[in-house]
Amino acid sequence: MSGIPHDHYDPKSGAEKWLHRRLPIVGLMYDTLMIPTPKNLNWMWIWGVVLTFTLVMQIVTGVVLVMHYTPHVDMAFASVEHIMRNVNGGHMIRYIHQNGASLFFVAVYAHIFRALYYGSYKSPREVTWIIGILMFVVMMGTAFMGYVLPWGQMSFHGTAVITGLFGTIPFIGEAIQTWLLGASAVGQPALNRFFSLHYLLPFLLLGLTIVHIWAFHTTGNNNPTGVEVRRGSKEEAEKDTLPFWPYFVIKDLFALAVIMTVFFAVVGFMPNYLGHPDNYIEANPLATPTHIVPEWYFLPFYAILRAFDQDVWLVIAVNWVTFGIVDAAFFGVIAMFGAIVVMALAPWLDTSSVRSGRYRPMFKWWFALLVITFFVLMWAGAMPAEGIYPYIALIGSTYWFAYFLIILPLLGVIEKPLPAPATIEDDFNAHYAPKSGGAAPALEPAE
Amino acid sequence: MFRKLALSTAIALGLAAPGAAIAAGGVGYVEDYEFSFEGPFGSYDRMQLQRGLQVYTEICASCHGLKFVAFRNLSDGGGPALPDEQMRAYAELYEVWDPTLFDGEGDFRPGVPQDHFPESLLNTAPDLSLMAKARAGFSGPYGTGMAQLFRGMGGAEYIASLMNGYVEEPDCAVGDEAMDGLFYNEAFGAGAVPENCVDDHGHSTIKGTYISMSPPLWGDDVEFIDGAPTDVESLSKDVAAFLMWTAEPKLEARKQAGLTGVIFLTVLSVLLYLTNKRIWAPHKPKARTEDA
Amino acid sequence: MSHADDHDSSRRDFLFYATGGAGAVATGAAVWPLVNQMNPSADVLALASIRVDVSLVDPGTQITVLFQGQPVFIRQRTEDEIALAREQDADIDSFPDPLARNANLPDDTPALDENRVLQPPEGSAAPVGAWLIQSGVCTHLGCVPVGEGAGDFSGWFCPCHGSHYDASGRIRRGPAPENLPIPAARFIDETTIELG
Repeated sequence: MSGIPHDHYDPKSGAEKWLHRRLPIVGLMYDTLMIPTPKNLNWMWIWGVVLTFTLVMQIVTGVVLVMHYTPHVDMAFASVEHIMRNVNGGHMIRYIHQNGASLFFVAVYAHIFRALYYGSYKSPREVTWIIGILMFVVMMGTAFMGYVLPWGQMSFHGTAVITGLFGTIPFIGEAIQTWLLGASAVGQPALNRFFSLHYLLPFLLLGLTIVHIWAFHTTGNNNPTGVEVRRGSKEEAEKDTLPFWPYFVIKDLFALAVIMTVFFAVVGFMPNYLGHPDNYIEANPLATPTHIVPEWYFLPFYAILRAFDQDVWLVIAVNWVTFGIVDAAFFGVIAMFGAIVVMALAPWLDTSSVRSGRYRPMFKWWFALLVITFFVLMWAGAMPAEGIYPYIALIGSTYWFAYFLIILPLLGVIEKPLPAPATIEDDFNAHYAPKSGGAAPALEPAE
Repeated sequence: MFRKLALSTAIALGLAAPGAAIAAGGVGYVEDYEFSFEGPFGSYDRMQLQRGLQVYTEICASCHGLKFVAFRNLSDGGGPALPDEQMRAYAELYEVWDPTLFDGEGDFRPGVPQDHFPESLLNTAPDLSLMAKARAGFSGPYGTGMAQLFRGMGGAEYIASLMNGYVEEPDCAVGDEAMDGLFYNEAFGAGAVPENCVDDHGHSTIKGTYISMSPPLWGDDVEFIDGAPTDVESLSKDVAAFLMWTAEPKLEARKQAGLTGVIFLTVLSVLLYLTNKRIWAPHKPKARTEDA
Repeated sequence: MSHADDHDSSRRDFLFYATGGAGAVATGAAVWPLVNQMNPSADVLALASIRVDVSLVDPGTQITVLFQGQPVFIRQRTEDEIALAREQDADIDSFPDPLARNANLPDDTPALDENRVLQPPEGSAAPVGAWLIQSGVCTHLGCVPVGEGAGDFSGWFCPCHGSHYDASGRIRRGPAPENLPIPAARFIDETTIELG
C-alpha cells in the first residue's frame, strides 16, 4: 500500500494461501499494521490514534445511549434524566459521551496545529489534509446536533441561533432554514432529524477516517523534520523507519492511557465543568437564556462570526459593492466558514520549499501567534459582544485570515530557511547518539 | 385539586408579571459554603439529606415540584438512605392520580415507592429536581478554573445563598411601587431591578435583584428529631444539600468509578511507559548506554 | 553475559505480560458497563414487586391488578368455592396439566388446590384456601379469561378459544396447555399482599 519499500504479507499455510487468493484481508491488515513509520516521530504524532479511539468510544457509548433515549420534545429531557438516574451505569456512560466530545476537539485541534506547524498539509499530502478538514467540519456538525438532543435551554436556543446562520443567506436563506428545521422554528421535526443525523454522521466520519489513513499511508507519514523517508531500497528505508507495530502502537497506547487518566478524572470529579448550567433546564421556547454561549470548542469560530458587525469598514464596503445583498450578518457567516476554507487551502497558499516549521525561523513566530490568536478568539467568543471584546475578536479574526492569505505566501519568498538534516536517520541519531562518539554506533539488531 | 392548581397558577402569574416587565440586572452574590460532598472524595451527609428532605417537604413542596425523583430513590444507597418502611410511609403522604383505578376512569390513591414526587403546584415555581445543576452559582464554567474539582460546582451554594439572601431593601428602591409584591434578594441575579437603582449605562447599582418568591425560611420553621440547629443558615444548607442530591443522585457512585478509573489507568500508563521504553531501547543508543 | 541476558529477558517478558494483562482488564472493565446497561433499569426493577391493598376484597369477590404489565386476579373465594375446588382435586389424574404452577412452591408440586392458594395471614378470619392469586393471562394465546364462576368448571373461561379453567384456575378443557400460573406473593400484613 505504501510507497515505502517494505516486507509484505507472505501467506505460508495452505489455508492462508486459500484465503489470500480470494480475499487479501490479512495482507491488508498486515500492511497497515506493519507500515514503515519514520522513527523520529515526536509526541505530537499521537493525536491520530487518540482521535480514532475517541471516535470509536463516542460511537459505542452513543449507540448505548440511544437504547434509552427518546427523540421527542416532551420526552427527550426526561429520557436523559432517566439515563442519569435509572439506567445501570447510565450516568457514567452519558458523562463519558458528553465529555468525550470535548476530548475529541482537544485532540483534533492539537492534530490540526501539529499538521500546520510541521507542514503536513504540503505536497504530496494535500488530499490527506483536505479529507481531514472535511472530517473536522463533519465533526462540528455532529457535535452541534448531539448538543441539541438533551433538549435543554441551551440545546434549544443554540439550535435557533445556529440554524439562523443559514437564514442570513440572501434570497434563499429563509427557505434553507425552514428546510433544515422542517418548520419555521425549532421543534419536533428538528429534534427528530438531528437525532437521525447525529447517529448517521459518526459512521461517515469512520469511513472518512479510513480514507484519511489510506491517503497518508500512500504518501507515507510526515515527520518533525519534514524530510521524506528514503525509498531507494528496502535497506535504505529501514534506516529511516520502524514498523508501526509494535513501536508506534505501544507509544500511542501509552499516550492514550495518560490522556484517558486525565479524562477519567474530569468525568469522575467534575463532569459538568465544560457544560453549561442552563442545559439542565428543560427547553422552553418562551424564555431565552440571558447569555447564549456555544460549547467551548466552537468559541473561536463563534468569535469570528460575531467579529464582523456593521461598523467594520470592510463589511460596509462589501455591503455597498453588493448593493446591500451581503449584510453584516451574512458577512459574519461567510467569515466563519471562510476561516475553515482558508485553512483547507493552506497547501496552495504556503509557498515555502521547506516543509517543517522547525527549519523556518520566521514562520515559527507567526505560527506561535496563530496559536495564541486561536486561544484569544476562544476567550473572546465566550465574552458578551459588547465593550472591548468585539475589537479583540476582530483583531484575532483579521490575523487568522492574514496568516493564511498573506503571511504563508509571503514567508516562502522572504524567509531564509535553516538547513534541514539530510535524512531522518541523521535526525534520529542526533537525538539518541552517545554524546562522546561522533558517528552513530551500529544499531543492535532488534530481537 | 385541579381547581386549586388553576387558582394558584393565576395568582402566580399575577405575581410574576411585574418581574417580567423589568429586565434582568446584577449577578447576585453567592457565598461559598462548605459542603460534605465537595472535592474528589466528598460524599453526602445522610443526616443532612434527611433533614433537607424534611425542610423540602414542610416548606418548599407547597409550591415547588421534584418530578424527576421517585420516592424509592429516598432509600437508595448514596442518598438519604431512608429505611424501606419509612420511605413507604413517606410516599403514602402523597396523593397520586392513578388512571388505571376506578375502571379506567382514574382515581387518587396514596403514593407508592415507584411514584415520583409531584410536579410544581405553581406555574412560576420551577421544578427543583435539577436546580442545583441548573444554577451552578460559581466555580462552574465561568468560575475560577479548577475550583470545581475541590469546591463543587456551586449549585448548592447558590441555593443556600438564595435562602439566606433576603436582606434589607437597598435605599434606592424604597418607595418603588413596581417592586410591590416582590422581595429583594442579594443572591438572585435574574430578577427585576428598580428604576432608581440603575446607573446611566444601564447597569445595576445593587448586589441582587427582586424575586417573586417570598422568604421561605425564617428560622425554627421545622423541628429536627436529631436536634440539629434550625437557624436560617443551617436550614438553607440542609435543603441545598438535599437538592444537590436530587440533581446528582449518582455523585458518590460517579466519584468512586472515577477514582477506580484514574488509579487503574495510572498503573496501565506506567506499564505502557516501561514497555514502550523497553521495546525502543535497542533503537535508541543513548538511552541504552545510560541504562547500562 | 548470557546469564545477565536471561535475567534481562525474563524481566522483559514479565513486563510484557503484565502490560498485556492490564490492557485486557481495562478492555473488560470497559465492556461490562456496556453489557450491563441493557439489564433492567432501576425504575423497571422497582416495578418487579408491588403491594396490593386487599382490604376491600370480600369473600366471593375478585380484583384485577396490573403487575409487570399483565393482569393478575386476586380472589377471595367463598367456603362453597373452596369446597368445589377441593372436590375437583379428585380428577387430578385427568388434568391436562398436573402441576401446580405456583412460583412460591417447587416446580414439581402437583396441581392440588391446597398447592395453589395463598395461606391467609395469622389472625385472619378468612378460611384456609380463601385467597387465590393467579395470572390473568390465558396460557393458550394470552387473552384475559373471564371469571365469576364462568365456564363448564365454575372457574374461569377464556372466550378467545374456549379454554375452561376450574375453581382453582386449573385448565380442564380447551386448547390452553397449562394451569394459570401463580405469581410470587405473600401477605405483608392482614390487608396487604406483596406480589413479586
